[in-house]
Amino acid sequence: MKRRDFLKASLGGAALLGSGTAQSRGNLEPAEEAIGMLFDSTLCIGCKACVSKCKEVNGMPATPLEDETYWDAARDLSHETLNVIKVYQEGEASIKDAAENGYAFEKRSCMHCVDPGCVSVCPVTAMRRDPKTGIVTHHPDACIGCRTCMVGCPYNVPQFDYDNPFGEIHKCQMCNQQGVARIDQGEMTGCAEVCPTGATLFGSRKALLEEAKRRMTLKPGETYNYPRGDVREPESHHEKAVPAYQNHIWGEKEAGGTNVLHISSIPFEKLGMPPLEERSYASISETVQHTIYSYMALPAAALAGLTYIVRRNTEDEDGGES
Amino acid sequence: MSAYQPLKRPVITFPFLVLSVVALIGTYYLVQRFIHGMGPVTNINGGYAWGIWVVYDVVVGTALACGGYALAITVYVMNKGKYHPLIRPAILASLLGYGLGGIGAMIDMGRWWQFYNIFTPWHMNFNSVMLEVGLCVATYILVLCIEFAPAFLEKIGAKGAVKALNKVLFFFIALGVLLPTMHQSSLGSMLIAMGYKVHPLWQTLHLQPLLAILTALTMGFAVVVFEASFSSVGFRRPSETPILAGLGKAIMGLISVYLLVRFGEVIINGKLGLIFAGDLGSLMFLLETALFVFPLVVLMSEQRRGHGPLLLWASVSMLFAGALYRFNAFLITYDPGPGYSYFPSTPEIMVTAGMVALEIMAYLIIVKKFPVLHNAETA
Repeated sequence: MKRRDFLKASLGGAALLGSGTAQSRGNLEPAEEAIGMLFDSTLCIGCKACVSKCKEVNGMPATPLEDETYWDAARDLSHETLNVIKVYQEGEASIKDAAENGYAFEKRSCMHCVDPGCVSVCPVTAMRRDPKTGIVTHHPDACIGCRTCMVGCPYNVPQFDYDNPFGEIHKCQMCNQQGVARIDQGEMTGCAEVCPTGATLFGSRKALLEEAKRRMTLKPGETYNYPRGDVREPESHHEKAVPAYQNHIWGEKEAGGTNVLHISSIPFEKLGMPPLEERSYASISETVQHTIYSYMALPAAALAGLTYIVRRNTEDEDGGES
Repeated sequence: MSAYQPLKRPVITFPFLVLSVVALIGTYYLVQRFIHGMGPVTNINGGYAWGIWVVYDVVVGTALACGGYALAITVYVMNKGKYHPLIRPAILASLLGYGLGGIGAMIDMGRWWQFYNIFTPWHMNFNSVMLEVGLCVATYILVLCIEFAPAFLEKIGAKGAVKALNKVLFFFIALGVLLPTMHQSSLGSMLIAMGYKVHPLWQTLHLQPLLAILTALTMGFAVVVFEASFSSVGFRRPSETPILAGLGKAIMGLISVYLLVRFGEVIINGKLGLIFAGDLGSLMFLLETALFVFPLVVLMSEQRRGHGPLLLWASVSMLFAGALYRFNAFLITYDPGPGYSYFPSTPEIMVTAGMVALEIMAYLIIVKKFPVLHNAETA
């Protein structure tokens, strides 16, 4: 009898689950006026002016290499390095942008995902995607420091300041955080502004994607007039021979796409980009979660069923003894 | 008169003193953590944001505390009254285990002084699995307090309060079954958003909540068998093996379902080859599977099921199996990409060991001062 009651209750729940609107969610779409950056690895000469400017804008100290203080020797992202240039080296490392016996530079900074994992997993809405610009922002006043954003970011971007007892999460906010607000004031990101070769270009995601696609169609060896600064109104250009690009715009589709796009002549897995497919993990996670917790109907039905059964079973015995 | 009695033994014993030394060392490093931050005390880093304070204290620790949950289903939902004598100690162990999980989460929280933001509606992100886990675990700790309250009220002789509480207790028991079902499955769902960082043998996406709830239940039953067998050995009380053998049957069913789902997923998604790849992932998978299969083999025969020591070993194997499953998924085979590695530091391990020591000490004090253990002579 009792077991049948239990089955009935669970079947009721299952029926509710089936009839609830299936809340399967696909990837989010880019913000209408999403802004971003295009990093062309073949243009980067590894001068790290962007690293230096980033620290200046964000008020962060340079990372010295032992006694050597002329260079910022930051090797990876950290709570005081929001943008870093890494080097790819293979074999003799003598030919620029060659996968074999070559070398290349690769930028690491927040990719500003179109469907950001950090925003999806944060329990207290301390990570937000700006509805207008698509910039992924962080809000320490809300943050509890659980660091789920760090495990939920496919690029390991958010970094916690572990050495400070009152530390916080640090990440690139495209120079638009309170007190900096370069984008709101019509300026561009610090890293794009100082880049001498236009390896880091600023602009709207749309315009940058167009530019990236244009470069894919160029023939290696041709001369192309590369813009610097803002792709929509470049402050200057320089002519350079076109390299043999990989026909792959990183961030056009990966895990729902990113507002920061990368192109390169070396396959991205060799440059340390993660193995991502087109569907964002955030969309899968939210689909599972919202199927189970759709309007709390399933938990409510289960609670009603359980309460009924437990009450009967406790009354059967010695007057509800616990 | 209640069928539950305080155990009439001295509180201060040699094991108790050893535990208090461990707890003291843990407390020392805990103070360091709050003065200097987590950096000097732990080995967590930019790639491994979660170390053993999350993965043991919260993810594994709360599963080990599922005894109250598993028994509540058996006694109150399936109506198997004969297991009733086991429920109070199980509820106490759950309360302490979840308490440890809650405190562990606070210790690990980088901005702990703002923890209450998780309870303020304008901060809540309903897409977040972590929010569900946080709210649900917090509520469950309160429910466990209410479920354990009769033992406390009996002790202080508040008969009226016990009577009043018993009238509404059925609702809290029902909640006490629902809530762990919710957050234990969500602990699995947390792995979905970690994506490729979770080894393919453990990244089952849509199946994560199911596998998590199955391991929580098996560990819950196993811990009841373990605690009851162990306390009858440790406290030299009459053996409860005949009762426990029945729970062994439940464990057997759960492991069978678990293995079916686990291997079904691996085979259907073409990941069978990874099991024999000979790397860390395949090694851990085989070890984990062996730990799941051993109790299954022991429990399959009625004769072995009734054999106290074998039943105890089966439950230990089951506990390690479930714990290893979660450790593997969250930490051991977790790979955030090149350049990052993690192994817990000594202070980090000592904090966790100290917390566990405190939990055991609390258990020992409470069963000796409050009516928790069933009076076997009158049972």
